[in-house]
Amino acid sequence: MTQMDVQTTEAGVASGRGRPVIEMRDISITFGAVRALSEVSVRLYPGEVHALMGENGAGKSTLIKALTGVYSIDAGQVLVEGEEHEFHSPAASQAAGISTVYQEVNLVPNLTVAENMLLGREPRRFGSINVRAMNRQARETLERLGLDVDPASLLGEHPIAIQQLVAIARAVDVDARVLILDEPTSSLDADEVEKLFEVMRRLRDQGVAIVFVSHFLDQIYEIADRMTILRNGRLVEERMVAETSQLELVKLMIGRELESLDRLDRQGTRMASGDGEPVLRAVGIGRKGCLEATDLTLYEGEVIGLAGLLGSGRTELARLLFGADTCDTGEITVRSERRRFRSPRHAIDRNIAFSSEDRKAEGVVGDLTVADNMLLALQASRGWLRPIPQSVRTELVERYIGALDIRPADPTALMRNLSGGNQQKVLLARWLITEPEVLILDEPTRGIDVGAKAQIQAQVAELADQGMAVVFISAELEEVLRLSDRLVVMRDRRKIDERVNADVAVADVLETIAGESRVEEAPGA
Amino acid sequence: MPETLSPARRALRHPLLWPVLALAVLLVVNVIATPTFLNIRIQDGHLYGNLVDIVRNSAPVLLIALGMTLVIATRGIDLSVGAIAAIAAAVACTRIVAAGDEAALSTAVMAVTYAVVVCVLLGAWNGFLVSVAGIQPIIATLILMVAGRGISMAITDGQITTVNNPYFSDLASGYVLTLPVAFILALAVFALTALLTRRTALGMLIEAVGINPEASRLAGVRARTIIWTVYAFSGFCAGVAGLVIAANTNSVNANSLGLWIELDAILAVVIGGTSLAGGRFSLTGTLVGALFIATLARTIPNIGIPSEANYLFKAVVVIAVCLLQSPRARALLRVRRRGPVVPVLAKGTAA
Repeated sequence: MTQMDVQTTEAGVASGRGRPVIEMRDISITFGAVRALSEVSVRLYPGEVHALMGENGAGKSTLIKALTGVYSIDAGQVLVEGEEHEFHSPAASQAAGISTVYQEVNLVPNLTVAENMLLGREPRRFGSINVRAMNRQARETLERLGLDVDPASLLGEHPIAIQQLVAIARAVDVDARVLILDEPTSSLDADEVEKLFEVMRRLRDQGVAIVFVSHFLDQIYEIADRMTILRNGRLVEERMVAETSQLELVKLMIGRELESLDRLDRQGTRMASGDGEPVLRAVGIGRKGCLEATDLTLYEGEVIGLAGLLGSGRTELARLLFGADTCDTGEITVRSERRRFRSPRHAIDRNIAFSSEDRKAEGVVGDLTVADNMLLALQASRGWLRPIPQSVRTELVERYIGALDIRPADPTALMRNLSGGNQQKVLLARWLITEPEVLILDEPTRGIDVGAKAQIQAQVAELADQGMAVVFISAELEEVLRLSDRLVVMRDRRKIDERVNADVAVADVLETIAGESRVEEAPGA
Repeated sequence: MPETLSPARRALRHPLLWPVLALAVLLVVNVIATPTFLNIRIQDGHLYGNLVDIVRNSAPVLLIALGMTLVIATRGIDLSVGAIAAIAAAVACTRIVAAGDEAALSTAVMAVTYAVVVCVLLGAWNGFLVSVAGIQPIIATLILMVAGRGISMAITDGQITTVNNPYFSDLASGYVLTLPVAFILALAVFALTALLTRRTALGMLIEAVGINPEASRLAGVRARTIIWTVYAFSGFCAGVAGLVIAANTNSVNANSLGLWIELDAILAVVIGGTSLAGGRFSLTGTLVGALFIATLARTIPNIGIPSEANYLFKAVVVIAVCLLQSPRARALLRVRRRGPVVPVLAKGTAA
């Protein structure tokens, strides 16, 4: 880590901005047994846009919540203008000049723009709100940001982008020294993003330190001055954006797994791509704002790896294949029958299974037992009138607890008391019990311990050997390369490359993801 | 942490502990006020006494609370049960009056069947509004809560309709095997509900939808069918309860029959330990909750609370029971007793 310290110091001197307005030193945060952040340091200088980079679970949100006083810090210091502060509540953080605008605008749509901006600190005259003064004050702030919005209009009448800018205006109106923008661009179109950037530049020039989180690399390169890259809760590096190529950045974000996992033996009897009848063929499936028209064909006994950054369309593609979201365009053929999936139920009836990346919100039913969680999908497809006979229940549950080494091996344990890795195994069992032909796994190994990870990877390889078609999504490129027979690379909500995985080098794929040699590689692919 | 608890500690953690304890305390209070409170005597082959009255009076609330338990488990609520009860009573009574032989058994059977079918349909209407039209349960059932009174007024022409059918009035005042028919009926519906939810997969799927709707959807659970079923069942329960109430007075007053009974039913569910946030439910808890409410109604005159203070007393007791059940309130009490304890900061989980 000493090497890193040298580098970060150099970067700080190079910027020539003197003392950072916020300095977070060696911050660690633990949740139960999980270390969400370990010894992460970040420095924010006045008048800069600082990008926080990293994949899902890298620790960006945790770091932001530590800075805004939502989470308490287990170890480390936060310095504001060189003085140590402890934020025990969001209010304490705000009082120190740190304002946050979240992805979802949390303002009141049926109040006016001015009322929203000055909510809770309205100018008063004779005890009642002075509407004229309020509108004037709001207009001044809006003009300072170069925004042409009528302060007396209702907030809800404006598009989401303007509402977001009003939220920013409200945030900076309280003399913010630091403004945190957590994925502000995810629901904006190109013109709106440009408008947002204009406001961000103005604020930067006024000396505000802006923390910017976005999944779009192009946006980072357009607006950010400096960036801090996190991976698995650790600091990777602090870099000047101008001095880092996209390829370098992607390498730093995805990195190489240092854990030495046994290379899986994938030399079994596998069907070569293109042979035989495909299990599933998707042609031109897409959904507005999620995924541009994409083709994908799945064969028996083959693992397809989907690689790409967060927001590249890898999850979106999986959800369309399963009917979790509905397609606007394109068609899906399963076993040469054309199908339209309006709900997951339709896909499940066609023997397709999907395990979501969001284990907690979209997988685990915490207050039910392990056994009930395992049998949920099978029971759902049988309907409530045909309960699974007790003997079959016991047999299935015990078999999968044993086969996947689920701990504790207690079918009556409540799901919420299991560790992440064991929950993931239960969810895998939920789908294996339905005996699917197509198994889509979105980040099945995220945030779980190394042992469980290796077990799940081995299980995936075995399932494919038994003839299942598997779609495997992971943010870790090495893992995708190790497991998949065919590799599909996504970027900017499109499929940009597909190739048979025969000794594909990590570096090649990284280049494709970073979009640097797309033109040269496309004809050869 | 390892789950090696002594039997005593396990009993302390049992979800039925607090409702049962509250019920016991209430009975003790009554015995102190009237030492003969628990006495039961046999007269003409029937059991008589305060306890018998309590179980008989608990029947309508218990019936409605059973349906309400399932609705609440799916994160819903059914405010229309009182109005549906009134409609059931109105339909049955007008059918009996209009029949050729008012006192015949066939008349009673026909009227009861008619009323129950109507109520199931009304419940299905609620289910349609919630699951297909996507209206919030509290609003969707509020519609029928208000409109239902109007419907039952229209059926009875705004008159108090009196019936004279011995079989019908047996629903409330009859006895089978020395026990009141109303209570046996409620127990039968209790058993039916338990069979329906625990012998089929309905209970598990209801809980899954109530705990995590999105995970259930992605697992292929047909939440729409489940929700439709529980509201229809709630309509059925409310209908049977309405018949019992009407049979008790052999008449129906569309204006007042079952008025505010939805609140008693919701209270019974909550006291029984089923969370209004949905998810896991306990039918036995609901049974205890309904008995508690019936006992409370008996306690008020017994310990000499003036009738003006009736509602106030009820409110105080209910608040006390709810506080006892709240883990946070219990934690506060513990802090007081043992001196300051460092509060555990809730942190949520890593993003």
